[in-house]
Amino acid sequence: MITNILYSIAGLGLFAIGLFALIACSHPLRKILAVNIMSSGIFLILVATAYRPLGSGTIDPVPHAMVLTGIVVSVSVTALALILACRVQETSNLSLAKNDNNKEEEAGT
Amino acid sequence: MTRPTANKRKKFDLFLLLALVCIIGLTGLLAKVLITLPMGQQGLGDQVAVLQHQSGVESPVTAVLLNFRGYDTLLEVMVLLLAVIGVWSLTRAPFPPRQALSLNPVQIAVVRLLTPLMLLIAAYLVWQGSYLAGGAFQGGAVLGGAGVLLLVSELPWLQNISSLPLRLGLLCGPMVFLAVALFCLMGGSELLNYPQAMASSLLLLIESACAISIGLTLASLFAGGRPGDDLKIKKGHLEVRAK
Repeated sequence: MITNILYSIAGLGLFAIGLFALIACSHPLRKILAVNIMSSGIFLILVATAYRPLGSGTIDPVPHAMVLTGIVVSVSVTALALILACRVQETSNLSLAKNDNNKEEEAGT
Repeated sequence: MTRPTANKRKKFDLFLLLALVCIIGLTGLLAKVLITLPMGQQGLGDQVAVLQHQSGVESPVTAVLLNFRGYDTLLEVMVLLLAVIGVWSLTRAPFPPRQALSLNPVQIAVVRLLTPLMLLIAAYLVWQGSYLAGGAFQGGAVLGGAGVLLLVSELPWLQNISSLPLRLGLLCGPMVFLAVALFCLMGGSELLNYPQAMASSLLLLIESACAISIGLTLASLFAGGRPGDDLKIKKGHLEVRAK
């Protein structure tokens, strides 16, 4: 019983970390990474809700099916977001390779 | 030079602090919800177990994926197709210049050994999906890995392939799924309500087509753009035009 609570709380922690990074970081790559960490946390929570202690019957297959499709969809969403970020870089003077600190310092000088 | 940056940061930190407090509050509320969830209960697992024999497959996850929640999976396969269309509409795939390639013999040997093996494992995973863990998404992921291996090894003939088979392969999963759904509709029952006698073979058909599509989707997403040649409709039939 304690196991799935532990996994759920860990997933919630990942979700919170990702959400904070999504708000705090302005860089597109970091935002994409943050969304990925958030989705990993949600998958962890979903898998944890399907957990049953050994010998107490079969697992709940519905959350498993949702996670299975969710992983593939999140991969494709990440790819599309990365391509969009590359297009933003091409059409504006934003550089994806530089981090935020450098940019701020450049703006300061 | 550093002072204005520091000031800016200090001002910015207030907003961050506010966001941090809000997120910590949200996390606390969600943690309370998670702890008070009735975790030990079966959820929908019992109903899936009761209706398992009607689904045509023995694996509960595959039954949920393609039969009980088939509508959901159909739309997700469409989302994958949309993602590829989105990527292809933005850029062309960056292939290296043709002369500048020097292929390592070890690399070629590894690709030659691993690619057929990965195709075999993908087919096995799809076949296994009807009674154990496995299925279209797992098989498709392995297929996508094989495609990524081919793309990473930068084989020179890869950019000379016509894109028509790739396009047809990308379409086959969603289209076969949709065709089966419409077939069920025409048979007198509801959308995606498979006739029980044919459910097993229909699910295998959908799984194989979707695995091909998912694998090609992941590989073309990794390639990061549309292929070098474009399709043109000329005198009523499709033709591939190299650029």
